[in-house]
Amino acid sequence: MRAADLATAVVLMALGGLVIFDAVRLGYDWGSDGPKSGFFPFWLAVAMVVACGLIVLQALRQRTDKPFVSRAQLRPVLSVLLPATAMVLVTEMVGLYVAAAIYIAFYMRWVGRHGWLPIAALALGIPIVTFVIFERWFLVPMPKGPLEAWLGF
Amino acid sequence: MGFENILLGFQIAVTPFNLFVAVVGIMLGTIIGVLPGLGGANGVAILLPLTFTMPPTSAIILLTSLYWGALFGGAITSVLFNIPGEPWSVATTFDGYPMARQGQGGQALTAAFTSSFIGALFSIVLITFFAPLLAEIALRFGPPEFFAIQLLTFSSFIGLGGGDPLKSLASIVLGFILAAVGLDIVTGQLRMTFGFVDLMKGFDFIVAVIGLFGIGEILLSVEEGLSFKGTATGMNLRVVLDTWKILPRYARTFARGAFIGFWMGFKPGGATPASFMSYAFAKRFSKHPERFGKGEIEGVVAPETAAHAAGVAAMLPMITLGIPGSPTAAVMLGGLIIWGLQPGPLLFTEKPDFVWGLIASMYTGNFIGVLMVLAFVPFFAAILRIPFAILTPLIVVICAIGSYAVHNSMIDIWYMLIFGVVGYVFKKLDYPLAPLVLALVLGDLAENALRQSLIMSQGSLAIFVSRPIAGVITAVAIFFFVLPVVTPWWRRLRATAPRAG
Repeated sequence: MRAADLATAVVLMALGGLVIFDAVRLGYDWGSDGPKSGFFPFWLAVAMVVACGLIVLQALRQRTDKPFVSRAQLRPVLSVLLPATAMVLVTEMVGLYVAAAIYIAFYMRWVGRHGWLPIAALALGIPIVTFVIFERWFLVPMPKGPLEAWLGF
Repeated sequence: MGFENILLGFQIAVTPFNLFVAVVGIMLGTIIGVLPGLGGANGVAILLPLTFTMPPTSAIILLTSLYWGALFGGAITSVLFNIPGEPWSVATTFDGYPMARQGQGGQALTAAFTSSFIGALFSIVLITFFAPLLAEIALRFGPPEFFAIQLLTFSSFIGLGGGDPLKSLASIVLGFILAAVGLDIVTGQLRMTFGFVDLMKGFDFIVAVIGLFGIGEILLSVEEGLSFKGTATGMNLRVVLDTWKILPRYARTFARGAFIGFWMGFKPGGATPASFMSYAFAKRFSKHPERFGKGEIEGVVAPETAAHAAGVAAMLPMITLGIPGSPTAAVMLGGLIIWGLQPGPLLFTEKPDFVWGLIASMYTGNFIGVLMVLAFVPFFAAILRIPFAILTPLIVVICAIGSYAVHNSMIDIWYMLIFGVVGYVFKKLDYPLAPLVLALVLGDLAENALRQSLIMSQGSLAIFVSRPIAGVITAVAIFFFVLPVVTPWWRRLRATAPRAG
C-alpha cells in the first residue's frame, strides 16, 4: 500500500514538474495584456508538487503491511480490464458494433459461462438495439467498419 | 409580474399538445439521463434540430422537459449502479448506492425523486416571483466574485471533505491541470500538448466522469468480489408512502439544499458544486455524520434537492438576461435564437406568452416528471436483476459509446480506459475523485474569472478581498482552506490547556 502511495505521489509530482516546464516555456508572468498562458498552470503545478511532496513525507512516516492489491484481487480486475482494452483495440479495426458483439459474447462465455443461445441473442441483440438508438434515432454516429459498409451504412 | 401572467402561462402549458410534448420530453430525458455520457446538454443538442418546425413554446417545453427527465434519470443510475449519469448526481451515489446495496433502493429512489421535485419547485417559485430582482443582483457579479465562489467550492472539499486534505488538494489541482490542456482560447497558444495533436482538444469532463466513475467503479466492485447483485429494490406504493412519512424529518436539509442549489445554480457550473456543498453541509450539521457514505437517506436528500434546485435556477439568467447558467441552458439559448427569439429582458415584454408558458411548464413538467419516474422505477429496477457477466460488458460498451459520442473521437474511448485505471488507483489510495471532476468541469471558467479579475486589478490579488461581496466569500474560502491545518493545533491547545491550568 505504501509503495503504491509513494509511486502515485511521485508520478503526480513528475506530472507537476512537466507542467511547470511547459508553463515556463509559455511564460508564467504578466504579459502585455494580462497574465500569460502559463500563469494558471504554473501555480497549479507548484501546488501539485508541494502537495505531493508532503504526501510522500506523510507516506514515509506511515507503515502498513496491507498490499495495494492481492493476487486474488488482481485476477478479476484484469479479467475486466484486459477484455475491455481488447475491445477498444478491435473497435479501431472493425467498428464499435462488431467489437461490442465479440466482446459481449466472449465475456458472457468466459466469465459468466452462459449458454450459447442467450449469448447469441444478446451479443447480436445489444449491438443492433444500440445501432437503432444511436445511428437512427439520435443520429449519433459510432465508429463503423467493413461490416456496416457492406450492409450499406 | 401579476397573477394574470402565470395564469396566461398555464393556459399555454396545459394544452393537450404541450402536455404530450412534456411527457415525451421527460421519457426521452430519463432514458438519456440513465445512459452515462448522453447527458442533458448532449440530449438537448441532439434533439434541437427536431424542434425547428415546432412552435417556439412547444419546442422549449420539449427541451426543458428533456432536461428535467435527464436530472431525474441521473438519480436512477447513481442509486442503482453507482454510475452518476451527470456530474451533479455524483454526490447522490455516496449514500444512494449503499442504500440500494442494503435493499433500500426503493427508499433511496423515492427520496431522490421527491427531493428533486421539492428542490425544483422551490426554484420555480423563486423564478416566478423574484426573477427580475435576483437577476439584478447577479448582474452586479464580476469576475472577482465568480472566482471567489470557485475558491469557496474547492475550499469546502479541503475543509469539510473529511478526507486527507493533501490528497484532496492534489485531486483538485490535477483536475484543473487536465482542464488547461489544449488550446488556450485567450492567447491562442497550445498548452501542455507537447506536440501531440490528440492533446489539442484537451480532456472532456464527460469522458473523465465515465472513466473514473463508470470503469473505475466496475474494477473496484469486481475486485471486492461483489457482483452487481440483483437485490430487489422493493419499489411499490407502500415504500413510496412510507418514505414520504420519514422525509419531513429532513425539512432543514431540504431547505438548506434548496437554498444552496438556487444560490449556486444561477451562476455557470452551479449544479455540481451545489450538490457537493449541500452534501458536505448536511454531513457537517448531522447528528450522525459517521453514517454518511454508508447509506444515510439524508445523504440522498441533500445533493438531489440542491442539484435539481440548481438545475432549474440555471434557467433564470437564461430567460431574464440571456446568459446561460449551465451547458444545457447554453444549448437552449442557441435554440431560442434559431426559433427567431431575442434572448434577454425584452422577452418578458415582447413575448410574454413564451416566457410565462415556459415558467408554467416548469411546474407541470416537474409534476408530471416526478409521477412518471416514480411509476416507472420498477421497470428500471429490473436492470439490477441482469446477471453480472452480461451487465459488465454492457456497461463497458455503453461507457465506450458515451465517451465516443461526446466528440466523435476514438481517442476519448482510450482516455476513458485510462481514467478508469486512474479512478481505481485513486479510489484505493483515498484520493477523492469528485473534486477532480469538478475542477475539470470548472477549469476554464475559473481560469477566465481569475485572469479577468487580475486584468481588472492590474495583477493585484487584493481585488478578491477589497470588493465587498468577493471579500466575504474569499474570507470564508480561506477559512475552509486553513481549517485542516488549524484543527490539530486547536485540539492540542484544548488538550494541554486544562493541564496547564
